[in-house]
Amino acid sequence: MEELRSLFPNLYLGFSTAISLANLAYCFVGVFVGTLIGVLPGIGPLAAIAMLLPITFNLPPVGALIMLAGIYYGAQYGGSTTAILVKLPGESASVVTCIDGYEMAKQGRAGPALAVAALGSFFAGTVGTILIARFGPPLAEVALKFGAPEYFSLMVMGLMASAVLAHGSLIKAFGMILLGLLFGIVGTDVNSGMSRFAFGVPGLTDGISFVVLAMGLFGFAEIVSNLEQGGAKRDLLFQKIKHLWPTRDDFKRSWKPVLRGTAIGAFFGTLPGAGPTISSFSTYALEKKIAKDPSRFGKGAIEGVAGPESANNAAAQCAFIPTLALGIPGSATMALMLGALTIQGIAPGPQVMTQRPDLFWGLIASMWIGNLMLVILNLPLIGLWVKLLTVPYRLLFPAIMMFMAIGVYSLNNQALDIYMTLMFGVLGYVFVKLRCEPAPLILAFVLGPLMEENLRRALLISRGDPTVFITRPISAGFLVATALFVLVMLAPAIRKRREDVLEEEPQQA
Amino acid sequence: MRFRIRSTEDFYAGLMFIGFGILAMIVARDYPMGSAMRMGPGYFPTYIGALLVVVGALVSAQSLRVRGEGIGRWAWRPLIGLCLAFLAFGLVMDHFALGFVPALLALIVLSSLSGRESRLWEVAMLSAVLIAGAAGLFIYLLELPYPLFWWR
Repeated sequence: MEELRSLFPNLYLGFSTAISLANLAYCFVGVFVGTLIGVLPGIGPLAAIAMLLPITFNLPPVGALIMLAGIYYGAQYGGSTTAILVKLPGESASVVTCIDGYEMAKQGRAGPALAVAALGSFFAGTVGTILIARFGPPLAEVALKFGAPEYFSLMVMGLMASAVLAHGSLIKAFGMILLGLLFGIVGTDVNSGMSRFAFGVPGLTDGISFVVLAMGLFGFAEIVSNLEQGGAKRDLLFQKIKHLWPTRDDFKRSWKPVLRGTAIGAFFGTLPGAGPTISSFSTYALEKKIAKDPSRFGKGAIEGVAGPESANNAAAQCAFIPTLALGIPGSATMALMLGALTIQGIAPGPQVMTQRPDLFWGLIASMWIGNLMLVILNLPLIGLWVKLLTVPYRLLFPAIMMFMAIGVYSLNNQALDIYMTLMFGVLGYVFVKLRCEPAPLILAFVLGPLMEENLRRALLISRGDPTVFITRPISAGFLVATALFVLVMLAPAIRKRREDVLEEEPQQA
Repeated sequence: MRFRIRSTEDFYAGLMFIGFGILAMIVARDYPMGSAMRMGPGYFPTYIGALLVVVGALVSAQSLRVRGEGIGRWAWRPLIGLCLAFLAFGLVMDHFALGFVPALLALIVLSSLSGRESRLWEVAMLSAVLIAGAAGLFIYLLELPYPLFWWR
């Protein structure tokens, strides 16, 4: 009872912040534009947020964050829509949805598949919102007691987790992390005031802009590699979507997978470094394993849509827990959200909750509202999304280029940022060709300065003794967890399974 | 036994890591190292650079053992075309200061040409629609302070 009382004033504050006309409008625009972009092939949530980040610069911080969060779920959800309708996952978290979702669509049951995905996601999102409201504040309280060694070890854990869960080779992902750390420390060193790795370029003394890096690596590079494949080929099912509502039998089959998916997603989402992709894959594997008749999977089993879709949404939601409570992003997308926070002049970290309760609770309330809007928006608008899918890529990518160029240029109103984006775009294409996953790099880029600072402080208080990281219990705990994580993943049996799971993904994801 | 590169993408990825690592270490030599207790600005980048060299060497070594898919062909036309598009946008905006509309026109036309299948009337239509939309959204609605043309 006591907990409920403390929960309610907070959520009340949140809803009273979120339900202002302006904030509802930001939320709506975010969800709508996010879905729109998520439906377009070749742009995942990350690129969508990066592209639209500049639009939010002039908004108040609460509004900006609400809109970006809306874009995030919208893009996530748009990805599922294309997975079901055209077997093209908009982003990697909805890859498994393709398997049974597209089969259902082929059998003329696209409507129920989309509806179950939307309702499952909404349920998962609601649970996620409650979890954040419940566990965010206590976690932030714990985090306030963290010293430099704990923070450093926590970041090591998050980075290693992102490497372990990236596709492809672990050691290459580790290399990308180191590269990201290096990119992150470009600019003026806070302690000595010395400008590092600026190479005499005036713009670089402030560091590499996050937006520039993300747009280059994820926007520009993606377009080049899409064009290399001659534009994404799509086989759209042109029949009209007739009945949308799932049957009783569909509901009976779906509710348990939704619950399990939500639980799995919430677990992986909260872990720094893990995320929606691994949640949806694990849920699909679990559902297939415990099904009475596993042979139905791959032939249009609704459980294969309901479970993973709930899981990736729960994970997307719960990823906000470490991000907001600890100030440590769990994924590249969350890193972007924190970047947005910093641009708005708010230092991310556990203190945000106490210093800016309106921001924190407003965001949480708007997550729920955003999820609700997604259900209301998506089901009736499916016709529009389907139309959008028929737009050929040759007309889309110049538009994407335009949005990127304006977005980047408007950062500082100077062409230098455009040229930098170009450089990172070329580098990003090289990464694609060399099969180096850029997501861990982005995460490391954001954490780079934080890691250096905490390492410096940790060694200062320990008088240069590196054992400080293993003699302090919480820090040691993080490092042990990291080591276990890596060891488990390197174990031959699991390594093979991990490859099986991740190999199933088509290239364009 | 002769060494053979079985995975060109891993081999070059390793070289790339080594290159970045060495670059970081060389540049960081100009920054004071300090000690573990009082880290100077050169401390962190030097160690990260060194680790990067080690990781790069491991990745390259692995390429002799594990077979890869190969790098494949490079998409030169899109790559160069899109680079030129961005370059043109930057030049027209800043150096020639011709305004928002000409900059976007250059960007859209050059982008379209980087694809294999561009049609003249389509590019013209697309440019008109996109530029009108962008001017409405960014200049009138979001009030970005860019002149539409060189005369205003």
